[in-house]
Amino acid sequence: MKQSNKTERRLQIISGALKLFAQRGFYSTTIPDIAGSIGMSAGNIYNYFPSKEILAQEILKTISAHLGQQIRRINDQDISSREKIKQIVKIYFDTAEKEPEMIDFFLRVYLSNREVFGQGCEGMICVNDFVTEIMIFFDDGVARGELKNQDFFSAFGLFMGYLGGMVFLAGEKILPQSLDAYTDDIATNIYNALKAQ
Amino acid sequence: MRLLWLSALSCNGNVHSLLNYPQYEQWQKGFEWLYHPLLPSLHTFEEVEDGVKGCDVLIVDGTLEQNLLKHRRPFSELLERYATEAKHILTVGTCATFGGIFAKGEAGRTGVHFCGEARRGEYEWFWQKSISLPGCPVQPEALAGTLSLLAAGEPIPLDELRRPKYYYAYTVHDGCTRNEYFEYKIDEHRFGTLEGCMFYEHGCQGTYTHGSCNKILWNGLNSKTRNGQPCMGCTEPDFPKEGLWSTPKHMGIPVRMPLGVPRRAYLTLAGIAKAFRIERFYKPLMEEE
Repeated sequence: MKQSNKTERRLQIISGALKLFAQRGFYSTTIPDIAGSIGMSAGNIYNYFPSKEILAQEILKTISAHLGQQIRRINDQDISSREKIKQIVKIYFDTAEKEPEMIDFFLRVYLSNREVFGQGCEGMICVNDFVTEIMIFFDDGVARGELKNQDFFSAFGLFMGYLGGMVFLAGEKILPQSLDAYTDDIATNIYNALKAQ
Repeated sequence: MRLLWLSALSCNGNVHSLLNYPQYEQWQKGFEWLYHPLLPSLHTFEEVEDGVKGCDVLIVDGTLEQNLLKHRRPFSELLERYATEAKHILTVGTCATFGGIFAKGEAGRTGVHFCGEARRGEYEWFWQKSISLPGCPVQPEALAGTLSLLAAGEPIPLDELRRPKYYYAYTVHDGCTRNEYFEYKIDEHRFGTLEGCMFYEHGCQGTYTHGSCNKILWNGLNSKTRNGQPCMGCTEPDFPKEGLWSTPKHMGIPVRMPLGVPRRAYLTLAGIAKAFRIERFYKPLMEEE
């Protein structure tokens, strides 16, 4: 099989598995379920991913790389930290609306089934692309005098916890408006919490 | 080979450093001191002021200061007279090379060719025969070795600040016994202990400081980092920095990266390395079974 076909197949499995994991959770989804949803045999999936755990880890890396690339494009622009925050919030909410399974996977699988990610995804290994870009965003902001020089995890938790919380509320259909209606207010709140005094 | 040592504003650290060169006795046989502040010399300082002949290498240490009077004559007059005659000029120590500690104390104090990182024009005419040997103090091996190479007529490759690459192409990180701790981002230690990296919290500048302290040990025995003190970057133009014992950071990210390492790549690597928790690094190695 050609390399491009193999890569395509691999992505097809990741995408199909991502949807099922995000909807049903890790343990309620089986390899035959995933195989059925994309019209492939279970045996063939094992040719690409030796276990369900490794498949879940690969999904996590794919999502992290996808979000990381988008934030990198923001980091590379010559714009203020305030504007960058707004764009990061927008990307996160757009992803949650257009590809909700990506964020759902984060919330429902990665954060809820830590044992699946114990070996192979220790620390930040599988989310490194994403976290590195957030670090670069913070580092640039402090260097430019726009953001307060504070503990990394205090800032990271505030930023990501807030976004995750809003996506969770939207997913539970608690929010009266669509997610993107909150972009400006949330970006302002995050900026106010992070800005240099 | 005849040597002449002139000290400007100096603490005599470089003078003493050479006295601690472990092979001094053997080494000195190839040299003759026209004048040295401490060692037996052919001439007194008064004679040097009046003018003596035969200087092959002029060694300058200490910070220059405008209108600095050295006994009876301006220091600049002595410097120019012997620089004209000498085949080589060594700026020894960070003060003579970049300005160093004394230059931080008052405006108008500089090194011979540099004021911090900026090149000075005043002594451009002997730039081509100058060699920089920074350090606070100079590492004795760098001084004695450079003089031996000059005496042997060997070519000495220099970097853009005219530091001999034999001694300054490395970083202090090279040969540091804490490199494993650096690789896995483990910075837990107390000063004076044998374990833990000092880059992340304690201001160690070894990864971007040019010097061979961990390849050529002081007195053949030790170095700052081996002994449990962070590298202070004493061979660099910006020495001494403020807050030497803490690492400047932006939200936990070191402001300065190891030499030549792109920030994004470094952060990616660091994030991965930090994920390993290697138990043997978390207690003194002597207690490890």
